[in-house]
Amino acid sequence: MALLEVDRLRVTLQTSRGAADALRGVSFALDRGQTLGLIGESGCGKSITALALMGLLPDGARVAGSIRFDGKELTTLDESRLCQLRGDRIGMVFQEPMTALNPLHAVGRQIAESLRLHKGMSGASARAEALRLLERVQVPQARERLDAYPHQLSGGQRQRVVIAIALACGPDLLIADEPTTALDVTIQREVLDLILELVREDGMGLLLISHDLGVMADTVQQLLVMYGGTVVESGPTAAVFERLAHPYTRGLFAARPRLGLARGTRLATIAGRVPELADMPAGCPFADRCERVVDACRAAPPPAVCVGPGHDARCIRIEVLPSTESAR
Amino acid sequence: MNAPLLRVENLAKRYRLPRQRLLAPAPEVQALAGVSFTLQPGKSLGVVGESGSGKSTLARLVMALEAPSAGRVLLDGQDLHRLDAAALRRARSQLQMVFQDPYGSLDPRRTVLQTVAEPLAVLHGAGKAERRERAIEALDAVGLREADLVKVPHEFSGGQRQRIAIARALITRPKLIVADEPVSALDVSVQAQVLNLMQDLQDRWGVTYLFISHDLAVVDLVCDEVIVLQHGSIVEQGRPDELFRRPQHPYTQRLLAAVPGMKARQPA
Repeated sequence: MALLEVDRLRVTLQTSRGAADALRGVSFALDRGQTLGLIGESGCGKSITALALMGLLPDGARVAGSIRFDGKELTTLDESRLCQLRGDRIGMVFQEPMTALNPLHAVGRQIAESLRLHKGMSGASARAEALRLLERVQVPQARERLDAYPHQLSGGQRQRVVIAIALACGPDLLIADEPTTALDVTIQREVLDLILELVREDGMGLLLISHDLGVMADTVQQLLVMYGGTVVESGPTAAVFERLAHPYTRGLFAARPRLGLARGTRLATIAGRVPELADMPAGCPFADRCERVVDACRAAPPPAVCVGPGHDARCIRIEVLPSTESAR
Repeated sequence: MNAPLLRVENLAKRYRLPRQRLLAPAPEVQALAGVSFTLQPGKSLGVVGESGSGKSTLARLVMALEAPSAGRVLLDGQDLHRLDAAALRRARSQLQMVFQDPYGSLDPRRTVLQTVAEPLAVLHGAGKAERRERAIEALDAVGLREADLVKVPHEFSGGQRQRIAIARALITRPKLIVADEPVSALDVSVQAQVLNLMQDLQDRWGVTYLFISHDLAVVDLVCDEVIVLQHGSIVEQGRPDELFRRPQHPYTQRLLAAVPGMKARQPA
């Protein structure tokens, strides 16, 4: 049994146009020591997946399917039990460290808070542990920084503090939602390397959410590509990049500016735009934007087709896609 | 070689920081420390660097939104920071800006017509009929329709909003567009559409771009020349294909090494 098992997860949100499915049957598993990435564009459901795992969905959201964490079903757990898990067994890192931290409290106190809450530590021992954690996330002059306020730190240091809070109780699962998107590239590299090192040392499972193909290529072992609330392709990261089996994965890859393209090269684009949740078609969610669409694509959601070891794509037209060489 | 459209000479900007103590002198930060370059008409100059490198300060000084501590900004030979109010207003019709966040840069309560035609109303005092006609022309240039004129921003996607922002910049038929991170808030597939559009506009209208971005791949794609800023100074300058293939300065090398996905695809 894996640490985290998500099975046919369906989340229905209340929108201005009535109830709409934000997730339409998402399944995956993640074990301790493994790294898994969720990639996709705005509205694909990657952040909703993270919120569902943490029990932080907006009011009025309905959840079907199952999320099992260490054998325990989370979808039916009440709020107080979820609170005990969050910050203790499940650590979280969000995109914007300035909003994740309380501007009115010194960072040492914010790190100590979860230790006092979840581990029942006294003030002094929680502070000592907070110092150890700040050192572990490589904040320079950690002892002085304990009493610093968030605005006195740089963006990269703030994100290190957020990581220290996430790690405070020694979680089994770390969920990082766009943890480096607000940071400069050189800082991004350092923070990602730090997260990977900590995951390796502690044997946590890492669920990384990002829109950045390059970040994923460098960071995770397994990759799920999401579109329209479904996982359209999943597999070992290297295999997904090699094969680009789903037309959407291929479109994303081709649209990305790469170093070394000649000046003025036109980027490939994906025609049309992401349908609104309420307009999501009954069949393949990508059908309206796909060059290879046939009537059967619109009839029913496509099944997962195996394209390699542990590598699936939800497309019934895979065999007509030429090999990836022509896509590059 | 033609006369440059934009000439920036020894441009510097110091900001005063809040006092740490009541009687101590206020500390200062040198945001821009003597930057010089020229930009030919119809070309694109990329400005790369990290937070605090001075990129956005440079944009604000070129747009004459702030006065420099030293140095000059010459547009078509005119020193923007020495013009009187009326002359600056006339010169401003040649200068437009596109910002990073298409959600924050459009007024949610104003229609597309009001938003796009605003620079005309401010700069030229154009009549209603002319404003509408020019707005349709600008929307057409960015691939939007006349029917969109009466809509408000929330009816559009992020990419479409950025098109509206570009249409607003185009309506005065400016010579220079300063684009400060124009695609960084957009999804990958939308980013590709906006980058293609910006290049089309340059091909068709000869627009000149000062293109500020932290994304080296984007700058490589759309710029004829790049300057690398660090701590307010240019540390390296050149054509992107050469500069990114053989970076000389350690800071440029560090920036390049940090580009995600380079590890996997290094020997290209």
